[in-house]
Amino acid sequence: MTWATFAPAVSAAFLGSLVEAIEALTIVLAVATVRGWRPAGLGAAAGLASLALIVAGLGPLLDRVPLLLLQLVIGVLLLLFGMRWLRKAILRAAGVIPLHDEAAAFAAGTAELREHRSRLDWLAGLASFKAVLLEGLEVVFIVIAVGAGRGLLLPASAGALGACALVAGAGFVLHRPLARVPENALKLAVGVMLSAFGVFWTGEGLGVAWPGADLAIVGFAALFLLVAALGAVAVRRPLEVAA
Amino acid sequence: MLAGIARELIGLFVDDGMLALAIIAVIVIAAIVASLIPGATAGVVLLAGSLFALLANVLAVQR
Repeated sequence: MTWATFAPAVSAAFLGSLVEAIEALTIVLAVATVRGWRPAGLGAAAGLASLALIVAGLGPLLDRVPLLLLQLVIGVLLLLFGMRWLRKAILRAAGVIPLHDEAAAFAAGTAELREHRSRLDWLAGLASFKAVLLEGLEVVFIVIAVGAGRGLLLPASAGALGACALVAGAGFVLHRPLARVPENALKLAVGVMLSAFGVFWTGEGLGVAWPGADLAIVGFAALFLLVAALGAVAVRRPLEVAA
Repeated sequence: MLAGIARELIGLFVDDGMLALAIIAVIVIAAIVASLIPGATAGVVLLAGSLFALLANVLAVQR
Protein backbone atom coordinates (compact mmCIF):
# COMPACT_ATOMS: atom_id res chain seq x y z
CA MET A 1 0.00 0.00 0.00
CA THR A 2 1.40 3.40 -0.97
CA TRP A 3 0.43 6.97 -0.08
CA ALA A 4 -0.78 7.38 -3.67
CA THR A 5 -3.61 4.91 -2.92
CA PHE A 6 -4.05 5.59 0.80
CA ALA A 7 -4.33 9.40 0.73
CA PRO A 8 -6.82 9.70 -2.16
CA ALA A 9 -8.94 6.82 -0.77
CA VAL A 10 -9.24 8.29 2.73
CA SER A 11 -9.71 11.88 1.54
CA ALA A 12 -12.31 10.81 -1.07
CA ALA A 13 -14.20 8.89 1.63
CA PHE A 14 -13.95 11.84 4.04
CA LEU A 15 -14.95 14.58 1.57
CA GLY A 16 -17.66 12.51 -0.14
CA SER A 17 -19.17 11.59 3.23
CA LEU A 18 -18.97 15.23 4.33
CA VAL A 19 -21.19 16.27 1.40
CA GLU A 20 -23.68 13.44 1.96
CA ALA A 21 -23.84 14.01 5.72
CA ILE A 22 -24.52 17.73 5.21
CA GLU A 23 -27.42 16.91 2.87
CA ALA A 24 -28.88 14.38 5.35
CA LEU A 25 -28.45 16.83 8.23
CA THR A 26 -30.45 19.50 6.37
CA ILE A 27 -33.48 17.18 6.10
CA VAL A 28 -33.19 15.93 9.69
CA LEU A 29 -32.96 19.54 10.95
CA ALA A 30 -35.98 20.52 8.83
CA VAL A 31 -37.98 17.67 10.41
CA ALA A 32 -36.76 18.62 13.90
CA THR A 33 -37.68 22.29 13.38
CA VAL A 34 -41.24 21.58 12.27
CA ARG A 35 -42.18 18.39 14.15
CA GLY A 36 -39.64 18.24 16.99
CA TRP A 37 -36.54 16.21 17.73
CA ARG A 38 -38.41 13.00 18.58
CA PRO A 39 -39.57 12.04 15.05
CA ALA A 40 -36.37 13.49 13.54
CA GLY A 41 -34.14 11.52 15.92
CA LEU A 42 -36.17 8.31 15.67
CA GLY A 43 -36.20 8.49 11.86
CA ALA A 44 -32.46 9.15 11.73
CA ALA A 45 -31.77 6.33 14.20
CA ALA A 46 -33.93 3.92 12.16
CA GLY A 47 -32.04 4.98 9.02
CA LEU A 48 -28.70 4.35 10.71
CA ALA A 49 -29.90 0.97 12.01
CA SER A 50 -31.04 -0.05 8.50
CA LEU A 51 -27.66 1.01 7.12
CA ALA A 52 -25.87 -1.03 9.79
CA LEU A 53 -27.98 -4.08 8.86
CA ILE A 54 -27.20 -3.63 5.15
CA VAL A 55 -23.46 -3.28 5.84
CA ALA A 56 -23.45 -6.26 8.23
CA GLY A 57 -25.40 -8.36 5.72
CA LEU A 58 -23.53 -7.47 2.54
CA GLY A 59 -20.07 -6.74 3.95
CA PRO A 60 -18.92 -10.36 4.36
CA LEU A 61 -20.04 -11.12 0.78
CA LEU A 62 -17.33 -8.79 -0.55
CA ASP A 63 -14.64 -11.29 0.51
CA ARG A 64 -16.28 -14.00 -1.60
CA VAL A 65 -16.24 -12.04 -4.86
CA PRO A 66 -13.14 -12.69 -7.04
CA LEU A 67 -10.82 -9.64 -6.88
CA LEU A 68 -10.79 -8.91 -10.64
CA LEU A 69 -14.59 -9.05 -10.85
CA LEU A 70 -14.90 -6.86 -7.73
CA GLN A 71 -12.49 -4.30 -9.22
CA LEU A 72 -14.36 -4.28 -12.54
CA VAL A 73 -17.85 -3.91 -11.03
CA ILE A 74 -16.72 -1.26 -8.54
CA GLY A 75 -14.74 0.53 -11.26
CA VAL A 76 -17.73 0.72 -13.60
CA LEU A 77 -20.06 1.92 -10.82
CA LEU A 78 -17.42 4.44 -9.69
CA LEU A 79 -17.08 5.83 -13.20
CA LEU A 80 -20.87 6.26 -13.45
CA PHE A 81 -21.12 7.72 -9.93
CA GLY A 82 -18.02 9.92 -10.05
CA MET A 83 -18.56 11.33 -13.53
CA ARG A 84 -22.20 12.10 -12.63
CA TRP A 85 -20.93 14.19 -9.68
CA LEU A 86 -18.24 15.77 -11.84
CA ARG A 87 -20.66 16.72 -14.64
CA LYS A 88 -23.03 18.38 -12.17
CA ALA A 89 -20.17 20.20 -10.41
CA ILE A 90 -18.82 21.49 -13.76
CA LEU A 91 -22.27 22.74 -14.83
CA ARG A 92 -22.78 24.38 -11.42
CA ALA A 93 -19.33 26.00 -11.52
CA ALA A 94 -20.15 27.31 -15.01
CA GLY A 95 -23.45 28.75 -13.84
CA VAL A 96 -25.50 26.51 -16.15
CA ILE A 97 -27.43 24.95 -13.25
CA PRO A 98 -27.91 26.64 -9.86
CA LEU A 99 -25.62 25.83 -6.94
CA HIS A 100 -26.99 23.44 -4.32
CA ASP A 101 -28.17 25.72 -1.52
CA GLU A 102 -28.59 24.03 1.88
CA ALA A 103 -30.49 27.05 3.25
CA ALA A 104 -32.97 26.82 0.35
CA ALA A 105 -33.25 23.04 0.76
CA PHE A 106 -33.95 23.57 4.47
CA ALA A 107 -36.62 26.20 3.71
CA ALA A 108 -38.26 23.93 1.12
CA GLY A 109 -38.16 20.96 3.52
CA THR A 110 -39.75 22.85 6.40
CA ALA A 111 -42.39 24.39 4.10
CA GLU A 112 -43.36 20.94 2.81
CA LEU A 113 -43.60 19.52 6.32
CA ARG A 114 -45.71 22.47 7.51
CA GLU A 115 -48.20 21.76 4.71
CA HIS A 116 -48.86 18.38 6.30
CA ARG A 117 -49.15 19.68 9.85
CA SER A 118 -52.32 17.65 10.47
CA ARG A 119 -50.61 14.36 9.58
CA LEU A 120 -48.96 12.06 12.08
CA ASP A 121 -45.40 12.54 13.26
CA TRP A 122 -44.37 9.27 11.64
CA LEU A 123 -44.55 10.91 8.22
CA ALA A 124 -41.95 13.42 9.39
CA GLY A 125 -39.90 10.59 10.88
CA LEU A 126 -40.11 8.82 7.53
CA ALA A 127 -38.59 11.86 5.77
CA SER A 128 -35.72 11.80 8.27
CA PHE A 129 -35.34 8.00 7.84
CA LYS A 130 -35.28 8.24 4.03
CA ALA A 131 -32.71 11.05 4.03
CA VAL A 132 -30.34 9.21 6.37
CA LEU A 133 -30.80 5.89 4.54
CA LEU A 134 -30.26 7.27 1.01
CA GLU A 135 -27.38 9.62 1.83
CA GLY A 136 -25.93 6.87 4.05
CA LEU A 137 -26.07 4.37 1.18
CA GLU A 138 -24.01 6.81 -0.90
CA VAL A 139 -21.48 7.00 1.94
CA VAL A 140 -21.36 3.17 2.14
CA PHE A 141 -20.87 2.94 -1.62
CA ILE A 142 -18.05 5.50 -1.60
CA VAL A 143 -16.30 3.67 1.26
CA ILE A 144 -16.61 0.26 -0.46
CA ALA A 145 -15.61 1.74 -3.83
CA VAL A 146 -12.43 3.43 -2.66
CA GLY A 147 -11.57 0.92 0.07
CA ALA A 148 -12.36 -2.57 -1.25
CA GLY A 149 -9.86 -4.29 -3.47
CA ARG A 150 -6.82 -2.68 -1.83
CA GLY A 151 -7.46 -3.52 1.84
CA LEU A 152 -8.38 0.07 2.62
CA LEU A 153 -11.89 -0.51 3.95
CA LEU A 154 -10.94 0.38 7.54
CA PRO A 155 -9.12 3.66 6.79
CA ALA A 156 -11.85 4.66 4.31
CA SER A 157 -14.54 3.83 6.91
CA ALA A 158 -12.64 5.89 9.48
CA GLY A 159 -12.55 8.84 7.06
CA ALA A 160 -16.30 8.53 6.40
CA LEU A 161 -17.18 8.15 10.09
CA GLY A 162 -15.00 11.16 10.92
CA ALA A 163 -16.88 13.28 8.37
CA CYS A 164 -20.30 12.11 9.62
CA ALA A 165 -19.32 12.76 13.26
CA LEU A 166 -18.02 16.22 12.31
CA VAL A 167 -21.26 17.17 10.53
CA ALA A 168 -23.49 15.67 13.24
CA GLY A 169 -21.51 17.54 15.92
CA ALA A 170 -21.67 20.83 14.02
CA GLY A 171 -25.41 20.39 13.40
CA PHE A 172 -26.03 19.54 17.06
CA VAL A 173 -24.18 22.67 18.20
CA LEU A 174 -25.44 25.10 15.54
CA HIS A 175 -29.01 23.75 15.09
CA ARG A 176 -29.09 25.06 11.51
CA PRO A 177 -28.02 23.77 8.09
CA LEU A 178 -24.34 24.04 7.20
CA ALA A 179 -24.90 26.47 4.34
CA ARG A 180 -21.41 27.96 4.31
CA VAL A 181 -19.60 24.77 3.35
CA PRO A 182 -18.34 25.11 -0.27
CA GLU A 183 -20.37 22.11 -1.34
CA ASN A 184 -19.79 22.44 -5.09
CA ALA A 185 -16.00 22.66 -4.68
CA LEU A 186 -16.16 19.54 -2.47
CA LYS A 187 -18.32 17.73 -5.04
CA LEU A 188 -15.91 18.68 -7.81
CA ALA A 189 -12.93 17.39 -5.81
CA VAL A 190 -14.73 14.14 -4.91
CA GLY A 191 -15.98 13.71 -8.47
CA VAL A 192 -12.42 14.07 -9.76
CA MET A 193 -11.08 11.50 -7.26
CA LEU A 194 -13.92 8.99 -7.74
CA SER A 195 -13.63 9.21 -11.53
CA ALA A 196 -9.85 8.66 -11.27
CA PHE A 197 -10.43 5.61 -9.04
CA GLY A 198 -13.12 4.44 -11.48
CA VAL A 199 -10.72 4.46 -14.45
CA PHE A 200 -8.04 2.74 -12.36
CA TRP A 201 -10.26 -0.06 -11.00
CA THR A 202 -12.03 -0.65 -14.32
CA GLY A 203 -8.64 -0.92 -16.02
CA GLU A 204 -7.36 -3.30 -13.34
CA GLY A 205 -10.52 -5.39 -13.76
CA LEU A 206 -9.86 -5.56 -17.51
CA GLY A 207 -6.28 -6.67 -16.87
CA VAL A 208 -4.57 -3.37 -17.77
CA ALA A 209 -1.06 -2.98 -16.32
CA TRP A 210 -1.04 0.73 -15.47
CA PRO A 211 2.34 2.46 -15.82
CA GLY A 212 3.42 3.62 -12.35
CA ALA A 213 0.88 1.26 -10.69
CA ASP A 214 -1.08 3.09 -7.93
CA LEU A 215 0.65 6.38 -8.76
CA ALA A 216 -1.37 6.44 -11.99
CA ILE A 217 -4.45 7.46 -9.92
CA VAL A 218 -2.83 10.83 -9.17
CA GLY A 219 -2.18 11.39 -12.88
CA PHE A 220 -5.78 10.43 -13.75
CA ALA A 221 -7.09 12.84 -11.12
CA ALA A 222 -4.97 15.66 -12.60
CA LEU A 223 -6.36 14.92 -16.08
CA PHE A 224 -9.98 14.83 -14.85
CA LEU A 225 -9.40 18.14 -13.02
CA LEU A 226 -7.97 19.67 -16.19
CA VAL A 227 -10.92 18.51 -18.29
CA ALA A 228 -13.35 19.74 -15.60
CA ALA A 229 -11.70 23.18 -15.63
CA LEU A 230 -11.75 23.29 -19.45
CA GLY A 231 -15.39 22.23 -19.52
CA ALA A 232 -16.41 24.82 -16.92
CA VAL A 233 -14.62 27.61 -18.80
CA ALA A 234 -16.05 26.49 -22.18
CA VAL A 235 -19.69 26.46 -21.08
CA ARG A 236 -19.52 29.34 -18.59
CA ARG A 237 -22.56 31.55 -18.91
CA PRO A 238 -21.77 35.28 -19.06
CA LEU A 239 -22.89 37.20 -15.97
CA GLU A 240 -26.08 39.15 -16.51
CA VAL A 241 -25.45 42.84 -15.97
CA ALA A 242 -28.30 44.77 -14.45
CA ALA A 243 -29.52 47.62 -16.66
CA MET B 1 -41.89 4.61 -0.82
CA LEU B 2 -39.85 1.57 -1.91
CA ALA B 3 -40.28 2.54 -5.57
CA GLY B 4 -39.09 6.04 -4.70
CA ILE B 5 -36.02 4.69 -2.91
CA ALA B 6 -35.28 2.35 -5.87
CA ARG B 7 -35.59 5.30 -8.28
CA GLU B 8 -33.23 7.37 -6.17
CA LEU B 9 -30.75 4.47 -5.95
CA ILE B 10 -30.63 4.20 -9.74
CA GLY B 11 -30.31 7.98 -9.87
CA LEU B 12 -27.08 7.69 -7.87
CA PHE B 13 -25.40 6.25 -10.94
CA VAL B 14 -27.50 7.49 -13.84
CA ASP B 15 -28.44 11.16 -13.94
CA ASP B 16 -27.85 12.02 -17.57
CA GLY B 17 -28.69 9.01 -19.78
CA MET B 18 -26.35 10.07 -22.59
CA LEU B 19 -23.35 10.32 -20.26
CA ALA B 20 -24.09 6.92 -18.71
CA LEU B 21 -24.46 5.39 -22.18
CA ALA B 22 -21.19 6.97 -23.36
CA ILE B 23 -19.32 5.64 -20.28
CA ILE B 24 -20.68 2.11 -20.84
CA ALA B 25 -19.72 2.31 -24.54
CA VAL B 26 -16.16 3.39 -23.64
CA ILE B 27 -15.85 0.49 -21.16
CA VAL B 28 -17.13 -2.04 -23.73
CA ILE B 29 -14.64 -0.74 -26.35
CA ALA B 30 -11.81 -0.86 -23.77
CA ALA B 31 -12.80 -4.45 -22.87
CA ILE B 32 -12.66 -5.46 -26.55
CA VAL B 33 -9.26 -3.79 -26.98
CA ALA B 34 -8.00 -5.49 -23.79
CA SER B 35 -8.97 -8.89 -25.17
CA LEU B 36 -7.22 -8.21 -28.49
CA ILE B 37 -4.13 -6.23 -27.47
CA PRO B 38 -2.43 -7.01 -24.15
CA GLY B 39 -0.66 -4.19 -22.33
CA ALA B 40 -1.74 -0.67 -21.56
CA THR B 41 -3.57 0.11 -24.85
CA ALA B 42 -6.99 -0.66 -23.34
CA GLY B 43 -6.10 1.65 -20.45
CA VAL B 44 -5.39 4.51 -22.85
CA VAL B 45 -8.74 3.87 -24.59
CA LEU B 46 -10.52 3.81 -21.22
CA LEU B 47 -8.90 6.99 -19.88
CA ALA B 48 -9.09 9.02 -23.10
CA GLY B 49 -12.62 7.80 -23.79
CA SER B 50 -13.85 8.71 -20.30
CA LEU B 51 -12.30 12.19 -20.48
CA PHE B 52 -13.73 12.75 -23.96
CA ALA B 53 -17.19 11.50 -22.94
CA LEU B 54 -17.25 13.93 -20.01
CA LEU B 55 -16.07 16.93 -22.03
CA ALA B 56 -18.39 16.17 -24.97
CA ASN B 57 -21.37 15.80 -22.63
CA VAL B 58 -20.66 19.10 -20.88
CA LEU B 59 -20.09 20.92 -24.18
CA ALA B 60 -23.35 19.48 -25.54
CA VAL B 61 -25.22 21.39 -22.81
CA GLN B 62 -24.02 24.63 -24.38
CA ARG B 63 -25.62 23.80 -27.74
